[in-house]
Amino acid sequence: MTIDLTDTSTGAIYEALTEARRRLGGAALGMVLTLIVETTEAAQYDAMRAANQAGREHPCRVLGVITRRPNAESRLDAEIRVGETGPGETILLRMYGAVGQHADSVLAPLLVPDVPVVTWWPGQAPEVPSQSPLGALAQRRVTDSAAGDGVQRVLANLAASYKPGDTDFGWTRLTPWRTLLAATFDVPHPPVARAEVLAERDNPSGDFLAAWLSLRLGVPVRRAVSAGPGITDVRFDTANGKIAISRHDGRTATLSKTGEPDRRVALHRRDQSELLAEELRRLDPDEVYAESLAWLFSDARTDDDHEADTFTLIGTTIPVGAAGAEAEQEIADQ
Amino acid sequence: MSESVTSGQGASGPAPANPAALPDQQVKENPLRDPRDRRIPRVAGPCVLVMFGVTGDLARKKLLPAIYDLANRGLLPPGFSLVGFARRDWEDEDFAQLTYEAVKQHARTPFRDTVWQQVSEGIRFVQGEFDDDDAFDNLAETVRALDAERSTGGNYAFYLSIPPKAFPLVVQQLKRSGLSDPDAYTPPEGQQAWADHRPWRRVVIEKPFGHDLKSARELNDILAAVFPPESVFRIDHYLGKETVQNILALRFANTMYEPIWSRGYVDHVQITMAEDIGIGGRAGYYDGIGAARDVIQNHLLQLLALTAMEEPVAFDADSLRAEKEKVLSAVRLPADLATGTARGQYTAGWQGGQEVRGFLEEDGIPPDSRTETYAAVRLGVGTRRWAGVPFYLRAGKRLPRRMTEIAMMFQRAPHLPFAATDTKELGQNALVIRVQPDEGVTVRFGSKVPGTAMEVRDVNMDFAYGESFTESSPEAYERLLLDVLIGDPPLFPRQEEVELSWRILDPIEDFWAEYTKPDPYTAGTSGPASADALMARDGRVWRRL
Ligand SMILES: NC(=O)c1ccc[n+]([C@@H]2O[C@H](COP(=O)([O-])OP(=O)(O)OC[C@H]3O[C@@H](n4cnc5c(N)ncnc54)[C@H](OP(=O)(O)O)[C@@H]3O)[C@@H](O)[C@H]2O)c1
Repeated sequence: MTIDLTDTSTGAIYEALTEARRRLGGAALGMVLTLIVETTEAAQYDAMRAANQAGREHPCRVLGVITRRPNAESRLDAEIRVGETGPGETILLRMYGAVGQHADSVLAPLLVPDVPVVTWWPGQAPEVPSQSPLGALAQRRVTDSAAGDGVQRVLANLAASYKPGDTDFGWTRLTPWRTLLAATFDVPHPPVARAEVLAERDNPSGDFLAAWLSLRLGVPVRRAVSAGPGITDVRFDTANGKIAISRHDGRTATLSKTGEPDRRVALHRRDQSELLAEELRRLDPDEVYAESLAWLFSDARTDDDHEADTFTLIGTTIPVGAAGAEAEQEIADQ
Repeated sequence: MSESVTSGQGASGPAPANPAALPDQQVKENPLRDPRDRRIPRVAGPCVLVMFGVTGDLARKKLLPAIYDLANRGLLPPGFSLVGFARRDWEDEDFAQLTYEAVKQHARTPFRDTVWQQVSEGIRFVQGEFDDDDAFDNLAETVRALDAERSTGGNYAFYLSIPPKAFPLVVQQLKRSGLSDPDAYTPPEGQQAWADHRPWRRVVIEKPFGHDLKSARELNDILAAVFPPESVFRIDHYLGKETVQNILALRFANTMYEPIWSRGYVDHVQITMAEDIGIGGRAGYYDGIGAARDVIQNHLLQLLALTAMEEPVAFDADSLRAEKEKVLSAVRLPADLATGTARGQYTAGWQGGQEVRGFLEEDGIPPDSRTETYAAVRLGVGTRRWAGVPFYLRAGKRLPRRMTEIAMMFQRAPHLPFAATDTKELGQNALVIRVQPDEGVTVRFGSKVPGTAMEVRDVNMDFAYGESFTESSPEAYERLLLDVLIGDPPLFPRQEEVELSWRILDPIEDFWAEYTKPDPYTAGTSGPASADALMARDGRVWRRL
């Protein structure tokens, strides 16, 4: 059921929503969160579709927000969709003129009571996500550094303004890679001396991967540029030959280890809805992301003066996080 | 540093490829794993899954699709290999084709060529009868070749998806051919040999785990002669279901339910597994087994254990099993088995708009069969928490619909400050855990009917996992297969639990065999009159199916 409301108010939207639900025969049951999507007219269709698909795994109220013509007369339009796209409900809000500066006042009454709020910016992220009006409403703020202009600047902003609850699709995209790498290191292996990550230019995931590896392994990791798509190679020099994973077609990866036959494994790139569904699975702060992001802009980094996007992160010898604390304890015990 | 570097002098393997480097240093802990990093899932290590009975129903409908789904979710390691063993005269490609069709038809995740490519590269087939020594030697060579070609590290899981009567032979063959012995492993030529690497062996079996206590022990002896207890994985696929695991979350992660989870508030508990289907083509298996042995002994008693057990001290396999064993050993049978149990057999009738045959007319069932297709029992649990609270278990085929649930029925309020007519339609409060279908939890309570009069009636409050939510959540077999390959045992019952369950069921089966024959019930109705009478004697009724 779709309801269009022009020049409306939050109260009228809420009433229409309740009425629609009543007519479909059911209260707002089992909604696990409110998802705010700040988007543009051009990107709206794809973003809302991804949100609705993710909503199949996490039944939610999706609030799409588009602000248009800031100088026009103040006006609020709403498009409500219930019972069409899955268990949740969708409200697309278009704000013209001054009301666009006060989007949070429109949204606050529309949040589902008692459940978490997540804000997602599929396009350009605000300078400081946690302080932007729609970010301030949320426990979890999801940006996409790959979608913004000037990846390095966006990343630097995210690092400088990080607040617990921030997260970024550049990091989310890495999960299959990190899973495969973790599986590779689940079996006994020789100590790693250094590593290298090759990815497309302007690919934040490549940067994150280099940072994560250098933090976890405590060795220097070089981030260099390849033709893509996405991340293409991760190589390790070990005390006993090489371990390498390469993926040049964006679909199938090959694992090579000195002395062992090559093995192939599917490693496809995921679409927005899958990334979003992963983000919605856990709503507590992602500390591993925070550490990797901070490490990327720490003293550990040396940029290559001759090639943009190529840098090296020296490895830390200070163990990080909880696992690290244990290791420190071990050392103290010895 | 979080690395543990051990040096293994005197490793028996060949010289390492890079002799200049420190040859035998190895890091055993995974530096990339961090308990805070919840995005990275558990992934199986390198291994070979050897499957017997690949042409069977279970393999095609559940196991092979689950393998694909696991690969698609990135939970199988590079090099994972699957070996099928069957008596058909097949090549690798034929088995790959069977797997392909099974995946296309039954997999839950979308089909992707790249994932299929990855799975199919590791597929092998070995042809043979179970008494054929050469075939098993051939199997042993095949898995060793996989160790060399795909670095599977000598880790093998054997899935026995075959009739239990074939177990002794297959298990003996695994021993004779050396397949079951991890110490027989030598690393393939040219591959790094870690000094203290000892590969694993696991064997997976499906219910029935015997048909009484004695046969269950015999079966266990056969397995135990070859595999140590921790290497035996018994599948009760109910334990792989999200809703069943959610019983533990519901009970032990909340404060709201535990205080009322006892005889102080609970009047009785009903655990139901209803099926709308008949026995289908499984006459050979079903005749002589019946509903109680088929599902009460395993699924329903496991549900009872999870519902009634005390809080485990930790969520590991040992603590969980300890609590389940405690509560199973406290289960009490009715004093009079004639009135405390009921059983039935469906007769011809109409089920869901279709005319269906009676049990005795099914193909392969002897016309004088005394096997029950419906069973109900009233059990007690002799603990302080549950003394006097009956647990009614029922299971049957050709009932009105397919449904499995646990219903906690609460006592009525001790005093109602309303006029009797106001609460005429008020029933008992209930908390219902819906296991399948429509997975979720329902709470039933009284609520005022809108209007000027004070009238209280039952209403439901629902938590639904939702159709779509379950679509993306893993199927029970996926979860259980992954646990086998990782070696994570909490969701698998161990022999003690199996024996305790048979101890509960054996006296009932003996009584039935000696004194009763199943009462008829028309297909499509909710069971024999004797089952309703069982409840009526206690002043209760079954929940509607
Ligand atoms: N299906 C279920 O719903 C279900 C439920 C619970 C438990 N189980 C258990 O799961 C296991 C498999 O069940 P299923 O339904 O798949 O059984 P099934 O359809 O009868 O298949 C049995 C398999 O075993 C093979 N087999 C039987 N006897 C053999 C012999 N003498 N030599 C070589 N192979 C032989 C068959 O191969 P051929 O094709 O060559 O005959 C077939 O592949 C059994 O242990 C069963 O008790 C099944």
